[in-house]
Amino acid sequence: MYLRLPIIALLYTIASAATAAPDGASLYSEHCAVCHGASGTGGVGIPLAVDSLLSIVSDDYLKKTIRLGRPGRIMPAFPKLSDAQINAIISHLRGWSDRKLEIMPEKPVRGDARHGKVLYAEHCASCHGKDGEGGKGTGVTFSRHRDMDIIPPALNNPGFQAATCDHMIQQTLIVGREGTPMTSFLEEGLTEQDINDIVRYVRTFYSEDDPDARTGEDLPPTLIVESPYSLEETVENAKQAISGKNFRFIRTQPLEEGLVPEGEENSRQVMIYFCNFNFLFEALAKDPRIGMFLPCRITVVERDGVVQVMSVNPMYLSKLFNNEELHEDCRTMTGIYRELLDEISL
Amino acid sequence: MTRCRHLFIILALTLAFLTPVAAEDLLAARSTQSFPEAMLMLQESIREHGYTVSRVQRVDIGLTNMGYQTDKYRVVFFGKIDEVRELSNRHPEMIPYLPMNISVIAEGDQTILITSNPAIYKTLFSKVKNKFLFDHWENDIRSIFNDIREAE
Repeated sequence: MYLRLPIIALLYTIASAATAAPDGASLYSEHCAVCHGASGTGGVGIPLAVDSLLSIVSDDYLKKTIRLGRPGRIMPAFPKLSDAQINAIISHLRGWSDRKLEIMPEKPVRGDARHGKVLYAEHCASCHGKDGEGGKGTGVTFSRHRDMDIIPPALNNPGFQAATCDHMIQQTLIVGREGTPMTSFLEEGLTEQDINDIVRYVRTFYSEDDPDARTGEDLPPTLIVESPYSLEETVENAKQAISGKNFRFIRTQPLEEGLVPEGEENSRQVMIYFCNFNFLFEALAKDPRIGMFLPCRITVVERDGVVQVMSVNPMYLSKLFNNEELHEDCRTMTGIYRELLDEISL
Repeated sequence: MTRCRHLFIILALTLAFLTPVAAEDLLAARSTQSFPEAMLMLQESIREHGYTVSRVQRVDIGLTNMGYQTDKYRVVFFGKIDEVRELSNRHPEMIPYLPMNISVIAEGDQTILITSNPAIYKTLFSKVKNKFLFDHWENDIRSIFNDIREAE
C-alpha cells in the first residue's frame, strides 16, 4: 500500500518524459551547435542563421538533410532523432529569420541540361567543382586560410540531391546567398532560362560511390604484429623506422604514465609518439576533429615473453568522420603504419 | 521481495524512458568560454568524474615550433588506472585506444571539444565482456560535456 504513491509518481514522470515536447534549442545545442555555431553563425559547418537560406529551404529539405546528412562531407545523418525532435530543431532554426518562407513548386524546372553544362563550367565549376564535388577543406576553423566564409557545397552529394528540389536550386541561383561568395546570377547577367538550364544540369549529378563502402570496415580496428626482438630492441627498431619514413620521433612513455606515481608504471607497455608536421597540418586543414589520432603512436607490449607492436587503424576509424577527403589521408596513414610495423618486426 | 521487484521494474522503465537513445560515433560540445577557461573547466570536470588527467598534448605548440600557423589545439588524455590495467591485460588489442582523450580546439573566442564515443568500442572490440564499462565512459563524457555547456 505504501508503495502506491511513489509508483504513481514514477509513472507520472515516465508519462511526462514521453509526452513532453522536445526542446529544439537544447537539441540544437547538443547535436548541431558544435559545427554550425551556437547562434547558427557557422564554423566547421555552414552558417544557418542566414535569411536567404532560411527563406528558401523548406521544412522537408531540412528534415531530409538532418535525416540523411551529406555522405562523405562531414554532416552526419541523424537516423535516431525522432520526427518530433527534428521538427523541434527546425522550429528553432526558423526563429533566426523573420523573412517569409517561399513555397517552392514541386514540379520540375524545364531547361536544357546540355546548355546548362556549358554555363555551369563557366560560372559554377570554379567554386563547386567540375563535377559538383564541392570545395576542399572544412569550414571556417583553425589551420586553414580564412579566405572564404564557407566551403562551397558538393552539389553531386546524394544527401543534397535527395533533399533539394529544382526550385530551391533555381532560387539560390537567382537570389544568391548573402554572407557567402554565392552571388545572384541574374544580376551577373544570366537569364532565367539560363538558370533553368543550369538547374537541369545540376540535377543530373549523382555519385554512385558509396562512401560507407570505402571506410575499411573489413579491416581490424587495431594493427598488430609480433616482434622477434626484445621489447627494448623493438623500441629502438621503431625509432629508426620512424625516422626512415620522414617522421619526427617525439618521445617514448609507458602507457600508464601520469595515471600512477612515477616509477610505478608497467614498463613493458611502451608508447612511441612521432609526427610528420606537414602531413598533420594538411590533415587538420581537411578535418580539425582528428585529435584522437594525435600524435601518431605505435605501442610495443611484452606479455609472457611475447613482444607485440600495435597501432590504431586509421582507415577503420575514418568512418567516424564522414569526410571523404580525410579518408584518403587515413588510407595513407594505414599504409604507413603497416610498413612501419613490418619494418620494426622484420 | 515482490515490492522490491516492482520497484526495480519501475526504476528500470523510468531509466529506459529518460535515457537518450542516440549513440553518435563522435561526441562533441561547443563552449562559449575562451580556450584557457574551457581547458581548465574540462580538466576540473574530468577529475570530478573520478579520472586522472595523464597528459595534455600541445599539438599547436608542436606545429608553431615547426613554422605552421595555427589556433590553439590540445589533446587531453585521461583514465582510471584500474580500468586501463584491466583492459590492457585482458584485451591488449585495445591498448592503442587507451587512455581516453578529448581534443580541445579554439574556434575564435569559443572552444570546441570532441572525442570518439566509447560506445563504438562495443562493436570494435566485441570480445570485451565488460561492455557496461564503455556505456559508463560514454555517460561520463556526456556528463563532462554537459558541465562545459552549462558553465556558459
